[in-house]
Amino acid sequence: MNRAAVAGAPRVVFPRLALRGRRRFADPTFRLLTLAFAVSVVVITLLIAAILFRQSALARARFGWSFLWTSTWDPVALRFGALPFVYGTLASTAIALAIAVPLGLGAAICLAELLPRGLADPLTFMIELLVAVPSVVYGLVGVFVLVPIMRDVAAPIQAALGFIPLFGGPAYGVGLLTAAIVLAVMIVPFIIAVSREVLLAVPQTQRDAALALGATRWETVRDVVLPYARSGILGSIFLALARALGETMAVTMVIGNRPEISASLFAPAYTMAAVLANEFTEATDDVYLAALVEVGLLLFVITLLVNGIARLLIASVRSSPARAAA
Amino acid sequence: MRRRRWWLAGVLALAAVMPVRAALLINGAGATFPYPIYSKWFDDFHKRNPDTQINYQSIGSGGGIRQILEGTVDFGATDGPMSDEQMASAKIPILHLPTVLGAVVPTYNLAGVEKLRFTPEAIAGIFLGKITHWNDPAIAKENPDAKLPAAAIVPIHRSDGSGTTYIFTDYLSKVSGDWKGSVGKGTSVNWPVGLGGKGNEGVAGLVKQTPNAIGYVELIYAVQTKLPYGDVRNRAGKFVPATLESVTAAAAAAATSMPEDFRVSITDAAGADAYPIASFTWLLVPTHITDEGKGIALRKFLDWMLTDGQQLAAPLNYAPLPPAVIALEQRALGKIQVASAR
Repeated sequence: MNRAAVAGAPRVVFPRLALRGRRRFADPTFRLLTLAFAVSVVVITLLIAAILFRQSALARARFGWSFLWTSTWDPVALRFGALPFVYGTLASTAIALAIAVPLGLGAAICLAELLPRGLADPLTFMIELLVAVPSVVYGLVGVFVLVPIMRDVAAPIQAALGFIPLFGGPAYGVGLLTAAIVLAVMIVPFIIAVSREVLLAVPQTQRDAALALGATRWETVRDVVLPYARSGILGSIFLALARALGETMAVTMVIGNRPEISASLFAPAYTMAAVLANEFTEATDDVYLAALVEVGLLLFVITLLVNGIARLLIASVRSSPARAAA
Repeated sequence: MRRRRWWLAGVLALAAVMPVRAALLINGAGATFPYPIYSKWFDDFHKRNPDTQINYQSIGSGGGIRQILEGTVDFGATDGPMSDEQMASAKIPILHLPTVLGAVVPTYNLAGVEKLRFTPEAIAGIFLGKITHWNDPAIAKENPDAKLPAAAIVPIHRSDGSGTTYIFTDYLSKVSGDWKGSVGKGTSVNWPVGLGGKGNEGVAGLVKQTPNAIGYVELIYAVQTKLPYGDVRNRAGKFVPATLESVTAAAAAAATSMPEDFRVSITDAAGADAYPIASFTWLLVPTHITDEGKGIALRKFLDWMLTDGQQLAAPLNYAPLPPAVIALEQRALGKIQVASAR
């Protein structure tokens, strides 16, 4: 954000001449060191991609592109298609975001704009604590609290709307919607915590100006504060998205682990991360193992694509008029 | 002064660690199912032989087979025997040595129903999705006293690859031609119906949470967590509850026709008192060990495991090996050659 300011910052001047000798090496060393750190991240990412690609060679050779659009996952007959897992991952993440984004954004606005600091700070602290809760705990709460509730709630919904495929089928309590709700609860703290910080960083003068022009509080938030903070808020959402895509433990506990694509929200499903965690340890056959690695590769590519789209979105938002006015 | 004291502490600590590091360390990896008894064995054996330490990682049978084939561990462990291809790919021939027995039981969640009796056809039909309601005649006929509801059955299976699934599907493949033809056996299979739970606790949790559900778990897990589980009709036509005795009886029935390499399935075993969904779990030991110290220590452990070690199994709810199988194994231990590379 303040790259120009950093680049234009005055060079550090050491006041003591005794340091002159060391000074000559300090900057290049520091530059090399940080460069090494930066490069190592890239190298690790490339290595992961390369290893996933190589280890999945057997499955790619055998199934080709059909791996992407067939739905049979049969470790006995060694026939593998990953479509149900891709669908489960994308659908559960999308539903989770649809729940978590309005909720998280609303909470962040309340914490940043409406509540007094004395109340907002302890609340934010508690929300940040939620980020540190291990996912297996969310999974357990899901199994023992949410699953029975979902089964009870599903009955009247199905009685009224069961003719729509979206709500059809038997409701076991576990399933796509249950997993999405657990995911939403898990990612909401990310959205709240980061979005609140971003909203707090909006200069007070912006609000004052809007209020002075006769805007109501709601109009100020909607037309001035939110547009100003847009790229930061989007960043928080993509952080949450990445977490939802890769979440394993909590999802596998409540999604039903059935590799099938069903129109119903109540039907069991499966995700890519979950099948990896479930089947990797006991996969003895080479083709089976390669198919699992290919699922990993697929997850890697999808995460990459989603991240790329996120970058593009943020870049396009950056050049919007509201931001330029700042 | 302070710094010197730290040095002293460091040297002392090192001195304390040295004898342990000098001791013989044997590494093993594999099946999770027998982990409690294995860790008990390795611990007891270490107490008796302080110079030998056996380190075991319960990473799953698949990992155990892979690691012994790659030679990264001194021994492996598995709940399902290695396939012929896997045996052929081993550089040093690998010996399967049964250690204890496990069993798999059907567990269910039916309001007001305590004990159920299952025929093989009923279990296969439920997990194939052909028997869909609890009051189906295939179940009701053998359970005249149980008030079976007209509710839909929710079958629940393991979502993670596991020896438990291997034993269960191996059994279903034997008793049902339909199952063998359409699903088959393996640590994970393509389930025709039902939901998946991760681990014994995942299946048990789903069964408890879902009215009218049925799942399968390890006998030990069902005993320890007091789950209701049903009797299963064996090949002799008798409904047998799963107990340590009925599981050992299944192994005894198989001992008469035990193949040379111990890779035997004892599901659907003959004997009148044999529980039909049972299996050995195996240690995988190379037949040629070049490290003399390790080889001798491992042989010593195996000798002890087959004699005194077996006494430790029952208290942990593992069914011990029948005497006939122990005798066969003691003979097989002679196949392990220990030769120094020097």
